[in-house]
Order: sequence, then structure tokens, then C-alpha cells
Amino acid sequence: MSDKVLMKGNEAIAEAAIIAGCRHYFGYPITPQTEIAAYMAKRMPKIGGTFLQAESEIAAINMVYGVAAAGKRCMTSSSSPGISLKGEGISYMAGADLPALVVNVQRGGPGLGGIQPSQSDYFQATRGGGHGDYHMIVLAPASVQEMASLTVKGFELADKYRMTSMILADGTMGQMMEPVSLELDVKEPPEKPWATTGTGMARPHNVVNSLFLSPDELERTNFLRYERYAQVEANETMYEEYLMDDADVCIAAFGIAARVSKNAVNAARKEGIKAGLIRPITLWPFPKAAFAKAADRVKAFVSVELSMGQLIEDVMLAVNGKAPVTLCNRVGGMIPSPEQVLDAIRKAAENGGAR
Amino acid sequence: MVYPYKRVTVLAGHYGSGKTNIAVNMAFDLHKYRPRVAIADLDIVNPYFRTGDSREELEKNGIIFIGSEYANTNLDAPALPQELYAITDDRGLSAVMDVGGDDRGALALGRYSPAILEENDYDMLLVVNKFRPLTPDAASAVEIMREIEAAGHLPFTGIINNSNLGRETVPEHVLESAEFAAEVSRLSGLPLRMTAVDRRLFCELSGRVENLFPLDLQHNTDDFMI
Repeated sequence: MSDKVLMKGNEAIAEAAIIAGCRHYFGYPITPQTEIAAYMAKRMPKIGGTFLQAESEIAAINMVYGVAAAGKRCMTSSSSPGISLKGEGISYMAGADLPALVVNVQRGGPGLGGIQPSQSDYFQATRGGGHGDYHMIVLAPASVQEMASLTVKGFELADKYRMTSMILADGTMGQMMEPVSLELDVKEPPEKPWATTGTGMARPHNVVNSLFLSPDELERTNFLRYERYAQVEANETMYEEYLMDDADVCIAAFGIAARVSKNAVNAARKEGIKAGLIRPITLWPFPKAAFAKAADRVKAFVSVELSMGQLIEDVMLAVNGKAPVTLCNRVGGMIPSPEQVLDAIRKAAENGGAR
Repeated sequence: MVYPYKRVTVLAGHYGSGKTNIAVNMAFDLHKYRPRVAIADLDIVNPYFRTGDSREELEKNGIIFIGSEYANTNLDAPALPQELYAITDDRGLSAVMDVGGDDRGALALGRYSPAILEENDYDMLLVVNKFRPLTPDAASAVEIMREIEAAGHLPFTGIINNSNLGRETVPEHVLESAEFAAEVSRLSGLPLRMTAVDRRLFCELSGRVENLFPLDLQHNTDDFMI
């Protein structure tokens, strides 16, 4: 009777990647995402795929570079410190316009930090993370089901725009178990005429490279790449609105913070405060228009995050001074309670004159 | 009590099959019949969702908790405390041992299994959930069972059917899983000792499933709205 299974978020990412046609996984263990690698190690050999535990995160991302250049769907996964190590490789992939999926199941930082959940890699993810001018498509799941569906979406968008997609989850999303339907909407990957698949003596060589010897060619490539980014911003922004039609106070939150916030929004409504929530699903491109539109009538915004105030900067840019934006946060592996968020909503309602 | 407890009950099985929730509930159940009860957390693999989440409640009720000082902290250290030897050395103690998932988790059991075997007053129960993606059928569940036995050096003696879909579980899921559990029992040659269910489903299933064991679940983050 049931077509659902009970999965950990990390397992859902791994199985969804396989369903999306990924047959090449390269990784290096780090808590709290190790189940992705463990799952791939069990499953890939049974379906003719490749699971490879690399000697380091840097090696793993460069293996991804190689398989992406050959035109195949591939991925790597890590947690915060490991993603920093991959930064150079991710930048090289952006410079070579290579599609791949990178998963970051964030833990507390900076430095070695801790293994409990965090969202403090928001700046790193949404601003590119490595050196140079580039973006990744950054997807922020808020349930185990979305860990699966956004993994499929990540591969699709990566191929469509020749970009790296990143799943930016937190330790809670990786570790929690929820029912999941694995009937996922997988589209056929596009042709990749640029891939280095062997010429068969029938076409000129394809070259995959991020080095440009002439500065004006490098400039042109950057401008063209940003035209592609503009298309992503125009076409691929995703967000969820919850009770926003009449909201006076708007919460901005993603991932686990959005789930806690929904409980708080409901509690606030019971007290007569018209609260609502905008949950960005794509962190880049950021749903600027949704916040800009809300700012025309919302009296106060609250950014709820597991970081020291990162998401709040994008919210403030989008709100553009039309309403106050305050921060409600926990860090270091702690998660805000619905009561803490409710308290922030109450304060915002008073200060914004929403009551 | 749905069947007579041995002095030591070892719970093992696939990663995420529900061992910890069952272990905590079993310790409380055991404590109704035995004066000195201990629960031991042997997980050296997963630093989250541990027996230690219920430590305060267990100790408040007079149940001895034995587990790593590092569980649920920021230190992911696969260390076991020396107090674990009390399980095998102190035969006046009744114990539940919560083993880590899969064969990797069962490696830690190997240190204690010679003494457990020598005393031979134990049950080692395989926890199965047919809604876990890597154990959708009896053959895959029994494959993992053999891997655990090879790693932990302790033969299983029975099966616990814990088939569930988390908060979406309805009685039909449990009824539907009976066939799967019977097949695991047939393939492994081991008896089905109990079917564990969330307490809110207990009344509806009572009388329809044999040896039903109600579970009060540890609080987890999936209580938050999607």
C-alpha cells in the first residue's frame, strides 16, 4: 500500500542522485554527511557505478572535474571544512563551465568547529566560495523529501546551465529520518557537445580548461558567463510562501530554521499577530522579487538563521530599507526554539507597529 | 513483557532500523520485573540520536545508563567506557545493549560476545523495518543479519519487526509488514519475538498483531512542520 520509504536525509540525497543517473561519486568521509558516502559505497558497485573514497577532499573534487569534463553526471559531498578544501576545484569547474553536484551538509564553524547542525556556510555558498567571479546554483532543502527532489533538480540545472549546483543542507537535514517518495521527476540530460568524449576523428578536439592566455578573451568569457547567470536568476528562482497574503511580520528562513519558524508563525497567529514566512529554496538565485514585493506591505522582517547574520544581508538588500529587518539566531550547533522565534516575532510586531 | 527476558538482551540491525527507541523502551519494561537494570549504548558509528538522549529520564527512573561521554557532543570519538564490562561481569544486573547499525556498528560487540556466549543467558534480536530502502525484502534483511553476526561474533536468537514510516505510519503499514517479518523469520530460522509500534497505534492494532510492543518515541526534530 505504501510507495514511500523511511530515509535519513543523507541517504535520500544518495539514492536520488542514483535515480538522476549519477554513476560517479567521489568523496571523503566527514560527519555529518558520511552516510552519503556509505550509501554510495554499498549501492554503486551493484549498479555498475563508481564509488571512490579519494585520498582527500581536494582529490575528490578534481575527480569530479574529470568526469564532468567527460560529460557524465557526477557528484561529491562533504561538510563545511571539507567544502573549503574543495573551493579551488569548484572555482576551476566554474572557469571551465562544468556541471556537477556538490553537497554541503553544514556543521558548526569556523575552523574544525563541531559536528552539530549549522547554516554558517551561507556566504561561502551563495557568493561562490572559491576565488574569482562565479556563482553556484544553491538549493536549500527543508525536508528529507526535498533532499531527494532538490538533488534531482540540482543535476538538471547544472546540466542546463553548465554550472555547479550545491545542495546546502545542515546536519539536522542530513541526519533526520522522514518518509520519502522516490518517484522523482527526472528529465533526460541534455546533449553535451562540448564534452571530451573522443573525437572519433570526426570533429575538432574539445578542450576543457579554465586558463585563458589572453585577458580580453577571459573578460569576454566572464561577461558571457554572467549573461547565463542572469538567465538562471530570471528563470530558476524558487521559494515557498507561508501565510504571506495578509502578513504584517515576515520571517525569512531556510532549511531547519524554516521548519522551526513555521511552528512559531502559527503560534503568533494564535496571539493575533499576522505572521508569515518566505522560505528561499534557491539561496542563489535569491528570491529578491518575493521579498521586494512583500516589503511593500509587511511592517517588519525577521531573519531566522543558524549563523551570525548571513541570510539577513540578502533580505536587507531585497527589502531595500522599506521595513526593519532583525536577526533571530543560534549558532555553534544549536537550533532556535519555536519560543525564541515567537519572541522575535512579538518584538518585531511591536517595533514595526504591526499590532 | 511480551516474552520472558534473558539476563542480557542485545539489539542489533540495519542502520536506522529503530534499535535505540526499542532499547530505551525495553529497559523501562524490563525495570518493571527486575530490580537492577542497565542500558548500554555500544554505538561507535553514529554520533546522533543516541540512547543518551533519554539519559535523564532513564536515570530518574533508577535505570543505570552506560554510554560514551562523547555521544551527542561535538567530539565524534568512537570510544566505549570501561563501565560496559559491568554488563558481563555483574550477573545480578539485567541489561539491554543497544548496538550500532550494520556490521560496522556490531564490531564493538565482539569485545563482549565471548563472555555473553559463555554465560549463555542472552537474546540477540535483529530489528527490521521493511520501509528502510536497503532492506525492502527479507533476503536483504537476512544478508545484513549475517554481516552483523560475522562482525559481532554473536549469533542472533530472534527478530523484532519494527516496520514503520515515521510519523506517517498507519496501522495498515504494520499489518502489511507481517508477511515480510514472517519471511525474515523463515529465511533466518529465528522466531519473531515481537512487533514494535508507536504507542498511538497500539490500541488499534491490539489483538490483530501478536506480541505487540508499544513504543514511546524519543523526541526528534521531525516534530517541526514541513
